[in-house]
Amino acid sequence: MSPTTFRRTRRFVAAVLTAPALLLPAALVAQAPGGNTFMNIGFVGIADAGWSTEADVGSLLPGDHDPRVRGFTIPNVELTLNGAVDPYFQGFANLMYKLDDEGETGVELEEVYFLTTSLPGNLQLKGGQFFVEFGRQNTQHPHSWAFVDVPLMLGTTFGPDGLRSQGARLSWLAPTPWYTEALVTVVNSAGETAFSFQSPESPEIHGGEARDRTVENAGDLLVVPRLTTSLDLTSTQTVVVGVSAAIGPNSSGDDADTRILGADLYWKWKSLTALQGFPFVSFQAEALARRYEAVDRLSADDPLVSLPGETLTDRGGYAEILWGIKPRWVVGTRADLVDGEAGAFASALRSDRHRISPSVTWYPSEYSRIRAQYNLDHRDGLGYDHSLWVQVEFILGAHAAHRF
Amino acid sequence: MRIRTALLGSLLWVGAWAAATPLAAQIRVVATTPDLGALAREIGGPALEITVLAKPTEDPHFVDARPSLVVSLNRADVLIEGGAELEIGWLPALLQSVRNTKIASGAPGRVSASVGVTMLEVPTSLDRSRGDVHAMGNPHFMLDPVNVKIIAAQIADRLARVDPPSAASYAANLQRFNERIDSKLAEWQGQLAPYRGARIVTYHRDFVYLAQRFGLTVAATLEERPGIAPSPAHLAQVISTMRDQGARVILVQPYQNRRTAETVARQTDATVLDMPQQPGVVPNTDTYFTLMDYLVGTLARALGPAR
Repeated sequence: MSPTTFRRTRRFVAAVLTAPALLLPAALVAQAPGGNTFMNIGFVGIADAGWSTEADVGSLLPGDHDPRVRGFTIPNVELTLNGAVDPYFQGFANLMYKLDDEGETGVELEEVYFLTTSLPGNLQLKGGQFFVEFGRQNTQHPHSWAFVDVPLMLGTTFGPDGLRSQGARLSWLAPTPWYTEALVTVVNSAGETAFSFQSPESPEIHGGEARDRTVENAGDLLVVPRLTTSLDLTSTQTVVVGVSAAIGPNSSGDDADTRILGADLYWKWKSLTALQGFPFVSFQAEALARRYEAVDRLSADDPLVSLPGETLTDRGGYAEILWGIKPRWVVGTRADLVDGEAGAFASALRSDRHRISPSVTWYPSEYSRIRAQYNLDHRDGLGYDHSLWVQVEFILGAHAAHRF
Repeated sequence: MRIRTALLGSLLWVGAWAAATPLAAQIRVVATTPDLGALAREIGGPALEITVLAKPTEDPHFVDARPSLVVSLNRADVLIEGGAELEIGWLPALLQSVRNTKIASGAPGRVSASVGVTMLEVPTSLDRSRGDVHAMGNPHFMLDPVNVKIIAAQIADRLARVDPPSAASYAANLQRFNERIDSKLAEWQGQLAPYRGARIVTYHRDFVYLAQRFGLTVAATLEERPGIAPSPAHLAQVISTMRDQGARVILVQPYQNRRTAETVARQTDATVLDMPQQPGVVPNTDTYFTLMDYLVGTLARALGPAR
């Protein structure tokens, strides 16, 4: 990073950190999308309420932004900031607030990154901390999700926070007549948000102690290549497909790697005379496979027990269909499947599960949303659980522009 | 084997691209909506390659940011947008990915039609309890021919800067366009002059510029507030207003809820008029002039005594 870039980035970070003070004048907030301020400011609040037959709701729902308890949860409140830094960079930040299952406030610098605007050769560089572009939903914030909770396979593979880390992503838009984008992300492989890699939470996967590994060479970083392409099938139908991989060291021991492969598909039909985007029908699916090398290790629960070197293989995915019946009303169903081959350590996260989740969503306006969702969950050895959740979301400030 | 397959795949990819790439260097214009595309055609003539992002029958506030639109924008020499938040729900998401400095904010290739237009309904305070108000005013300004002259001048200026060798041609086209607008405006005003002060009802607040230019009054909108679906109580109020004020026409666009309009029309003895603001929805309305001929003619017939 050049000194100038560094100064700009530092200035942006400083602006982000002082931004909450700017929230006070209401006019400033609302004027943001009109281009009358230097930064767009948005605020999204999500609250969940509901009940489950499983008292430990956290054991049922792996995501950090999922309902956490029977009763009420505030799992995700986001302050989003973005704008043009200068003619060369755009800056983005997401500050996330949440209340945990004991009502304690948590704050995370969820994302902060720059995007270049003028690199030659159809290239674009992203740098900072961000949700890694693997598959479709990993980069999306809960505001863009079609369901109350994260798909099981994403939650168990990428951990409660999704796959995000610090690093850089280079993207190339191919000069083909149809959309094709190739991306390579290189990020740090350590931390809770690199769950399948060097994470202190990794004992949940392999049952041993988490080994701290130093970064010896570039191979100790997490590398995530992705290729995605899209076609308009007809004037009302579009399909986007992608393949991704994530390759990096894990913390079961030295020289142990994790490889995750993924394929994703999104198809949407929207009426030629749609009012406010309705009616529409969409289908989204992601399939993932993870090979987690676990070396010979001692059990974290009982150091007298040794666990043999093995490759832990997990497969799974989800498919969801949404039908926007008429303006502001969406019904949908998602099917989840997680299938882990048994290892020496009986990991609750890796046990076989499936789940079906019908939902109905009503948008009183573009800025509010009320969603009801039922989950029929089946965990191997534990049987069925039933959960019913209601979610309310509201948005203040800048009008969000939605990616396809 | 794998390397050979990858090489073969790459060759096929590049070959397909080469086959699909036009040889002649044309000026590529991307317009967000068909009306802006039609305007670019008037000024740029047949030599321009024009791509329109929104479909003519589509609600311009709610276009999907499909990846194919990124491809069009990536290759554009000029982007013409409505501006004033018309495309705020989708264009920013596309621009984030386009990596094309020619259409960056402030570049000669970036035309925001709303610049220079006197905006109506600019809110004095911003409050979304009043609906999805646009901070910069009502962005549906294309049905006022005077505004269109301002926008056409801006397009001609920008095309000339992007493509200097054709500057004289753009200037000549602009002059011809302006002369035609002046003569047609007089004609359209003549057609609607007998109905000055007539009350019209619309679904959204999308005919206020037309109403202002031609001396009509928007008595009510079926939407309770911008972007908020009509409630039965509000529709009852609209029906009462229409009866009190003698409003006899309800204007709807192809994507709006015609059934709601028909329900209100039945109870007020009014006529529902299909008034698409985008060229090409109705056959033979592909240009700004033929579209306005259709809209003004339809309105004049509906407001006329023959009814």
